[in-house]
Amino acid sequence: MSAANLSSEQSHAQHHDAPPRGITRWLYATNHKDIGVMYLVFGVLMFFVGGLLAELIRSELLTPTMRVLTPEAYNQVITIHGLVMVFAAVMPITTGFANYLIPLMIGAPDMALPRLNNWGFWLLPAAAVLLVLPWGLKLIGIGTGTIDTGWTMYAPLSIQAGPGADFAFVAVLLLGLSSTMASINILVTVAQQRAPGMSWLRLPVFVWSWVITALLLIAVFPALMAGCIMQITDRHFGTHFFSASGGGDPVLWEHIFWFFGHPEVYILLLPTAGLLPHILATFARKPLYGYKAQVYSFCAIGVMSIVVWAHHMFTSGMPTDVNIYFMLSTMAISVPVAVLFFCWFGTIWRGSMTFETPMLFALGYIVLFGIGGLTGLVLSDAAADQQYHNTYFLVAHFHYALFGGPIMGIFAALYYYLPKMTGRMYSEILGRWHFWLTLAAFNLVFMPQFLLGIAGMPRRIPDYALQFAPLNMVSSIGAFALGATQLLFLYNILRTAFGTSGAVASARVWEGSSGLEFTLPSPPPFHTFATPPAID
Amino acid sequence: MNAVTEPHRPYYIPNPSPYPVVLSGALFLLGLGAALRVNALTAGWWVLGAGALLAVYVLFAWFGRVIGESRAGVYGLQEDRAFRWGMLWFITSEVVFFASLFGVLFYERNIAVPWLASFNAPHSALAPFSPWPHFTAQWPNGGPAGQGFEVVNPWGIPALNTLLLLSSGVTVTWAHAGLRAGRRTQLKAGLALTIALGVTFLGFQLHEFSEAYRVLGLTLHSGVYGATFFILTGFHGLHVTIGAIMLAAMLARTWRGDFTPENHFAFEAVTWYWHFVDVVWLMLFVFVYWL
Ligand SMILES: [Cu+2]
Repeated sequence: MSAANLSSEQSHAQHHDAPPRGITRWLYATNHKDIGVMYLVFGVLMFFVGGLLAELIRSELLTPTMRVLTPEAYNQVITIHGLVMVFAAVMPITTGFANYLIPLMIGAPDMALPRLNNWGFWLLPAAAVLLVLPWGLKLIGIGTGTIDTGWTMYAPLSIQAGPGADFAFVAVLLLGLSSTMASINILVTVAQQRAPGMSWLRLPVFVWSWVITALLLIAVFPALMAGCIMQITDRHFGTHFFSASGGGDPVLWEHIFWFFGHPEVYILLLPTAGLLPHILATFARKPLYGYKAQVYSFCAIGVMSIVVWAHHMFTSGMPTDVNIYFMLSTMAISVPVAVLFFCWFGTIWRGSMTFETPMLFALGYIVLFGIGGLTGLVLSDAAADQQYHNTYFLVAHFHYALFGGPIMGIFAALYYYLPKMTGRMYSEILGRWHFWLTLAAFNLVFMPQFLLGIAGMPRRIPDYALQFAPLNMVSSIGAFALGATQLLFLYNILRTAFGTSGAVASARVWEGSSGLEFTLPSPPPFHTFATPPAID
Repeated sequence: MNAVTEPHRPYYIPNPSPYPVVLSGALFLLGLGAALRVNALTAGWWVLGAGALLAVYVLFAWFGRVIGESRAGVYGLQEDRAFRWGMLWFITSEVVFFASLFGVLFYERNIAVPWLASFNAPHSALAPFSPWPHFTAQWPNGGPAGQGFEVVNPWGIPALNTLLLLSSGVTVTWAHAGLRAGRRTQLKAGLALTIALGVTFLGFQLHEFSEAYRVLGLTLHSGVYGATFFILTGFHGLHVTIGAIMLAAMLARTWRGDFTPENHFAFEAVTWYWHFVDVVWLMLFVFVYWL
C-alpha cells in the first residue's frame, strides 16, 4: 500500500457522506452507527432464539412426566437458553446502544478504534455458532449435542460432559475476547473523544454506566477465560485443577465462575440502569435528579460487585465465617442500588408525566427489578439460602432481576431511540399493548415460581411431583403468552424500520428530551460531529 | 507529526476494512478446530491449520495496513493517544488473566490442599469418611491419587532465566534511549540483544520442560502442582514468544527506516508488553519456583 494511494483513499472518504453500498457496508463496517445497529439486530435475533428455547422448557414443564424433550435434551436446552440470553442477547444489545449512542452523546466523530470495534462484533456470531453447532454435529452422528451442565458449567459435571462442553468453553473464550475489545474501545473513546467542554462530571449518566461496565468487563472476564482454559486442560490434558484426586477442588471453578458471574449481573444491568434516568427525565419533563449520587453509586456498585461473588455458593460447603462475610457484603451492595432507586423516584417526583411506551417500560423496570432486588436480599441470607437455593424461588428471583431489569430496560430504550435511529415513530398503540401484555404475562410466568420454590420444587429437573402441577401449568401458559406478545414487538420495530406508515420523527423526537443526540436530525447522518459540537 | 501544527484536523476514521471480519472468521476456525481436535476428530487438524494460516495472513495484512497509514502520516496526536490507551487497557486485561492464574495457585496451595487434608486431622469427626486417609497437606502436592515427582531447582535454570529476562528489560530500555536520541545503531543493537536474550530464555525454558518430563517426572498429570506449574510457566512462555516476535517486527521496521525520535508508538507498545512479561516472570520465580 503506497502512501499516495492511501491519502487519496482517505480524501475520497472524507468527500462524501453516504454509507457504502451492499453487504460489505456491514461486513467491513467501521462506522459506529452501523456496528451499533449490527449489535442490536444480532442481539434481538438471539433474544428470539433464547426465547424459543424458553418456550421449549415451559412446554416440557406444562404437565408432569416427560412429553416433549428427553432429560438429556432438557439439560442442553436450559444451558443454551441461559448462555444465549446472557452472552448473545442482552450483552450485545447493551453494547449496541453503547456503540450507537456514546459517540453521539459525547460529541465524538466515531469510536476511537473503529476497526477493533468491528472485530469485537464479528466475534459474536462466531461464538454463537460454536455454541449451538454441537446440535448440528449430533444430526450427522458426531457427539451428544451441546453442553448440558447449566450455564454455570460446574465441575466435575463439566469435566464429564460430552464434546459440546468444549465448544461452549471455546465460545466463551471468543465472547471474552469480544467483550474485552468492546470495553477497551469504549474506555478509550470516553477518555479521548469527548467534545471540548464535555468534562467527566457532565457526561450523560448512560456514558458513566458504560464506563463502569467496561471496567468491570476488563476486571473479570479474563478470569473466566483462564477458567475455561483450565476446564479444557482438565478435560483433555490430564490436569487436576478441579479434581480432588489430584489435590484440586471443584469449588475452585465455582469461585472463578462467580468471580466473573456476579459482576456479570451488573454488567447486564448497569447499561440499562444508565439509560433509565434519561427516559424517566424525558417523560417527567424534569432534569434528572441526583446526577452525582447516581454516578457515585455506579462506581460503588462496580467496586463492591467484585467482592461479593460467593453468595452464589452458600450451599457449596464453605466455612461459616466465609459465608457470613459474603452474606454481609452482599447485603451492603443493596445500599448503592437503593440510592439509584431513590434518584429514579426523585426524577419522576411531581413531574408532569406522560406514559408513552418507553416510560411504561421504564416504570415496569422499576417495579419488576425492585421485586428481583428484594427477593435477592432474601437469598443473600446465608441461612435462608440453604432452603431456597436449589428451588424455583431462585429461578423466579433472577428472572425478575434480569428480565425485569435489563430486558425491560432494553425495550424501553429501543422504543425511546428507535425514532431517532430510523426517523419514524413506532406504533404507540402496539407499543402499549406490548407493554401491558408483557407485564401481565411475565408475572404470570414467574410469580407462581416463587410459590413453587417456597413449596420446595427443585430447579433444573425436567420433571416434578404432582402437587406442583397446577402452578406449573399457570407458569407455562404465561410463558406462551409472553412469547406470543414479543411478536407484537418484532412487528412494531420491523414496521418502523422498513415501513413508511409511521409518523416522521423530529430531531428532538420527544417533547422533554435533552442531550447531544437529540440535536441531530432523525435519523442522524452517516457521519456526525466531524467537528466537535459546542457544549454550553 | 502534522497534528502539532494542525490542532483541528479531523479524527482519522478508517474506510471499511475486511480485516476484522476475516480475523473473526480465522478465530472461529481455530476454535472449531481445537474443539474437534480435543475430541479426537482428525478433521480438527485441517480446520486448525486453515484457521492458523488465515490468522497469520490477516495479522500481516492488518498490521501492514496500519503501518502504511502511519507512514502516510494520517495519524495525529489524538490517534496516537487512542492507540496508547488501547494498549494500556489491553495489558491491564492481561494482568487480570495472570492474576487469576496466580489466584488459582494460592487457592490450591493454601485452601484446597489443607482443606482436603483436614479430613484426616487427629480428632476430625469426618476422618472415618475420608476417601484418602493417608493424605497430608504439603506443597508441592500431586494429590492423594498422584504419583511422586521432583520439583525444578529454582537456583539452576530458573535463576539464570531471571537474569536473562531482567537484562533484556535493560537492553530494551537502552534501545529506546537510542531511538529517542536518534542513535539508530544503538537502537538496532539493543533490539537484537533483547531478542537474543528472549530466545535464549525460551530455549532454556523448553529444556527445563523436557527435563521435567523426562527426569523429574513432573508433568501436566502431576496433580495441582504440575497443573499450576505448567499453566503459569506455559502461558508466560507463550507471552515471551509473542513478545519476541513483536520485537523482531520492530527490528525489521527499524531496518526499513521506520520510527523517528518523536513518533514511534508501536515500538513503545512493544516495550510496555515486554516489561509486563518481565514482571510476570519475577512473580513466577518467587511464587512458583522459589517459595
Ligand atoms: Cu450475585
